[in-house]
Amino acid sequence: MTVDSHLDLHTDYIEVMMGPSHPAMHGITQIKLYLDGETIISADVEPGYLHRGFEKECEDHRWNQIVPYTDRLNYVSPLINNVAYIMAVEKLCEIKPTPRCEYLRVILSEMNRLTDHLTCVGAAVMELGAFSGFLYFVKARELYYDLLESVTGARVTYSWTRVGGMRWDIPEGFETQAYAAIKETRRILKEIDGLFTKNRLFLDRVVDVGVISREDAISYGITGPFLRSTGVAYDVRKAHPYAAYSEVEFEIPVGQNGDCFDRYMVRMAEMEQSMRIIEQALAKLPGGPVNVDDARYIYPPKQAVYTTIEGMINHFKLVYEDVHPPKGEAYGYAEGGNGEIGFYVVSDGGNKPVKCRVRPPCFPIVAALGKILEGHMVADIVPIYGSVNMIGGEMDR
Amino acid sequence: MSIEAVERIKARFTEAVEEAHSRLGDDTVRVHRDSWVEVLEFARKILGFDLFVDLTAVDYLGREEELPRFEVVVHLRNMATGKRIRIKARVPESDPSIQSLSALWKGANWFERECHEMYGILFKDSPDLRHLLLYDEFEGHPLRKDYPIDKRQPRIPLLASEERRFSRPADETPHGHDPRVKE
Repeated sequence: MTVDSHLDLHTDYIEVMMGPSHPAMHGITQIKLYLDGETIISADVEPGYLHRGFEKECEDHRWNQIVPYTDRLNYVSPLINNVAYIMAVEKLCEIKPTPRCEYLRVILSEMNRLTDHLTCVGAAVMELGAFSGFLYFVKARELYYDLLESVTGARVTYSWTRVGGMRWDIPEGFETQAYAAIKETRRILKEIDGLFTKNRLFLDRVVDVGVISREDAISYGITGPFLRSTGVAYDVRKAHPYAAYSEVEFEIPVGQNGDCFDRYMVRMAEMEQSMRIIEQALAKLPGGPVNVDDARYIYPPKQAVYTTIEGMINHFKLVYEDVHPPKGEAYGYAEGGNGEIGFYVVSDGGNKPVKCRVRPPCFPIVAALGKILEGHMVADIVPIYGSVNMIGGEMDR
Repeated sequence: MSIEAVERIKARFTEAVEEAHSRLGDDTVRVHRDSWVEVLEFARKILGFDLFVDLTAVDYLGREEELPRFEVVVHLRNMATGKRIRIKARVPESDPSIQSLSALWKGANWFERECHEMYGILFKDSPDLRHLLLYDEFEGHPLRKDYPIDKRQPRIPLLASEERRFSRPADETPHGHDPRVKE
């Protein structure tokens, strides 16, 4: 979009600070805007208001103690972060989790993908003024928060994975509740679809807004729904299947134009795929233990701790020293709600990591945001920023 | 996985490659930092590693004396074949600098900005190396191993405009009692 500076009413560019704490902003980020009237000439995005030294803290904590920190990265899909982190450590230790654990990780991750997409789209439409729409999304999200609460005891910060397995198995009756939740979600999603997908008020704000080209998206390192909306069918779950994703059937929905509307459609279609995965995984869920049988990583059963000297020593060693992954480096990655979430961990053989780097999926998207915004109107920031799904926790770490 | 790519880099840059392995399934090449841009340009343009996954650094403070202290690590992915590669280069403490990759990948800049503020590694020819996550007045590089985890930062002096506002007596503040109104 070009700006005609020869018009009579031309005025100087003005600089506007949007954020860091602005009601229409999706997170705490400042955007320094240079405006010509209402048109954005350039936008400088300044994150960092939620920086709390994640990597520094990780280097000061033991391997299993980092799991709660990973919860706080993307707080709308913490279990995916848990799984991605633990996969990196397990890669380092060369542990293969039990089949039941792999399936449970898939089921719980997909539930978190649903909550992630529901929150993202729900918040985006709310920022566009459709507050009632947000309530539909939250109603569906609540079903999964309840389910995950029945498993983990927490609604948001689950900390559910451990090196070599999970904290605990799912409770009895979980399957029945999950099927009921999926049925209800399908009904709610149909209502949401009726509310927005063909709604003129919604389409006017999102169609052809915030377009990014395929080449640019890849060059920026963008992954996830944002990349898929441009037509690139890259999904870690399909391209590099982890856990039990190779044993379930699902499709990768892709968009075409790479605009906000395509991102909305991709997320809506992915939720259906997530529910398909949960149904298949629940039907195939194998029996057996959730933790590997390896005394170096997993606590012994309480019976053994109280009755045998080996069990007690083992318990003490794990409590006092935690696990010791062998010396080396590994990059473990999973498909997060926003794209590829990766953990690059370096161990020197001790009980604390030398380096625990997280590759946050929304970081490259926010890096590209300034470029995407150029030429748009100020009001377009709201739908574009909403479709980015910037999560302060993982962006600023 | 992409042993072929590792072999091609080794064949093309015989001098520069210091180490290559595929431990734990992660193909890794460590090159000399003087050939950093050439190797990555080769990986991008000839080998087709177009997705810029990650860039970070690792501080190996206290390892053997003669080994350089830092290691800059880049992860890449080839979108056509799905192969991945990790390329590293060692950077000494005495001259912590390496060439920037901003010309090859648009996404590299922000990762380099973060790496620069956290480790103090200078990315030469970078278009923009301002602080990203930290504030401008932050002293030191927090992810270096010799930065204590409980270190506190000094208070930032007020700006001139703030100085005026806060040093004004209470009854002259805009929200307080204004003596001129009474008269």
